[in-house]
Amino acid sequence: MQRYLLWIDSLSTWVGKTFAWSVFILTLVTVYDVTMRKLFSKPWDCAFDAELMLYGVLFMMAGAYTLARNGHVRGDVLYGFFPPRMQAGLDLVLYFLFFVPGVAALAYAGIGFAQEAWAAKEASSYSTCPAPVYLYKLIIPIAGFLVLLQGFAEIVRCVRCLKSGQWPQRLHDVEEVDVEKMKHKLGLDDDAKGPAK
Amino acid sequence: MSGMKIGFISLIVVIAIIFGVFLSADQITSGHYGLLMLALIVVAIMLGFPTAFTLMGLGMIFAFINYRLSDPDLTFAETGDRVFNLMVNSAYGAMTTDVLISVPLFIFMGYLVERANIIDKLFKSLQVSMGNLPGSLGVATILTCAIFATATGIIGATVTLMGLLALPAMLRAGYNVKLSAGAITAGGCLGILIPPSVMLILYGATAGVPVTRLYAGAFLPGLMLTLLYIVYIMVRAKLNPALAPKLPPEELAIPFAEKAKLLLTSFVPLALLIAFVLGSIIKGWATPTEAAAVGAFGGLLLALAYRQLTWERLKEAVFLTARASAMVCWLFVGARIFSAAFGLLGGQDLIKEWVLSMNMTGTQFLLLSQVIIFLLGWPLEWTEIIVIFMPIFLPLLDHFQIDPLFFGLLVALNLQTAFLSPPVAMAAFYLKGVAPPHVTLNQIFAGMMPYMLIQVLAMFLLYMFPQIGLWLPQMQYGR
Repeated sequence: MQRYLLWIDSLSTWVGKTFAWSVFILTLVTVYDVTMRKLFSKPWDCAFDAELMLYGVLFMMAGAYTLARNGHVRGDVLYGFFPPRMQAGLDLVLYFLFFVPGVAALAYAGIGFAQEAWAAKEASSYSTCPAPVYLYKLIIPIAGFLVLLQGFAEIVRCVRCLKSGQWPQRLHDVEEVDVEKMKHKLGLDDDAKGPAK
Repeated sequence: MSGMKIGFISLIVVIAIIFGVFLSADQITSGHYGLLMLALIVVAIMLGFPTAFTLMGLGMIFAFINYRLSDPDLTFAETGDRVFNLMVNSAYGAMTTDVLISVPLFIFMGYLVERANIIDKLFKSLQVSMGNLPGSLGVATILTCAIFATATGIIGATVTLMGLLALPAMLRAGYNVKLSAGAITAGGCLGILIPPSVMLILYGATAGVPVTRLYAGAFLPGLMLTLLYIVYIMVRAKLNPALAPKLPPEELAIPFAEKAKLLLTSFVPLALLIAFVLGSIIKGWATPTEAAAVGAFGGLLLALAYRQLTWERLKEAVFLTARASAMVCWLFVGARIFSAAFGLLGGQDLIKEWVLSMNMTGTQFLLLSQVIIFLLGWPLEWTEIIVIFMPIFLPLLDHFQIDPLFFGLLVALNLQTAFLSPPVAMAAFYLKGVAPPHVTLNQIFAGMMPYMLIQVLAMFLLYMFPQIGLWLPQMQYGR
């Protein structure tokens, strides 16, 4: 079981991290377009479509990765004070009540939506750029099923927490606030001798 | 635990309201289902389930109920198809909301600047420039926070880093614990208000107010709040020097050349980057997306110039950006599905009917809505308040002739208080995580209170003198 769990985690993480680079491309594409347009008056017809698609791909494909890191916004007023078993029990119920129907419906609806666009080989409606909108729409079912898959991994986590009373560990990954790393960067390591500068 | 108590009390209040509404209604209309939806979302958020998916699930269930009620003749599959349509169109709508393109870009810029490891120099340079001012360390803390939080927009990182840097410095200089803790937590939250902030983009996308106008509008109120914090610290230090003792002369005796060098290598580049990004947006030279991309590129160059840009750090910034963007944008997807179902059920009309039947004046409505948002700021996060509750207030603004831009500025100031209100104030916990053991959470909470009052004062000032917020956008873009 643990193997499958970590396999799903790493799949979500790999997909999320791969598509995460679209923010880097988005930065370069936009800067390139601005430079060409403002300095050389040579606008690129596809700039807007490219920016929009890079943005959409970035966040949609990172949805499962974010779920795998427990990174989606959640209210902490009560939840944070609950013991792990109660957290897991609540999560489990709400995964079946809200998450599975909601995300499954979105992913399923995305199939028909993408099929329609695919059949018409739909292109951009914003410009004369032949941007492949039918591919962009395909992102919805793909991202939806990835999130759903990661949701099943989270459900298994809840069950395991209910049994053991402890949340199973996640894979290690970069964190927004990593106190040890920050201390190191500021030269304030605990093992550093003498008073901090 | 007091936090848990407050949580439970609000939970019970919400459930009581649901029952009250349903029992008192003469006839259950579909609008009542809309209100039920609204109440359930608050309950579900408080139970701690990831909000994006709660919104999706509730939106789906209630969209189904709506189509069932409005068209009972449809088969199960036909009703389902309509629900699927609504969901996928809402999701695709979020994927084609061009205003939001700048969100990942500003987040990326923030992580890059944060990783440029510039904050200790910035703090040092501002500290020595403050010289012998009363409460100079506190003033330098607020300024560092304001600039760093503006450039990065990341509360957690700003408060943590300042907790590691400024808190020990202030405590060593004999500063009062509460005054110091309050300065760091209040200052660290300024990045949410002062543009370029993601909150204003999200508000713009929800309210249909141009982000350029919001940025121009929020700039002076943000500056005003920063100044009010600084004035507060200086007055406290002047009245009671024991709270914030002057630094020993040997720490102030720094040659001018050294001061200038410190400023030139930390404050100036960062200030230029912010001024360039913000200036080009407000001046109308660039769209927010373009300015954000140039800002992210500038952050990249900044990290490079400070020799802090390693492959490892770039990867970290990219991955963190993906996660933060997914968090904001999936919430937006969920909120769109939720709002679509809520609108179909007519929950909005019911609320409008109620509000209009109360015969409120514009002022009363404005006051009431701000109080509600203030109260919502306790259990909910700003993202949730903007994407779930703004769509409910916004359609009412027109009736009371309130400018959505002005309303947005008040909301942005108002939500500042949410970050400092115990027991859920994130900033306090970040600070506690790195503070010396003798600094208690209660001291931090107590320290935040005066700053929270200053925020309320700032709201009052903006309300009394709307030109603080409206002058710049009106000058730039007309009325």
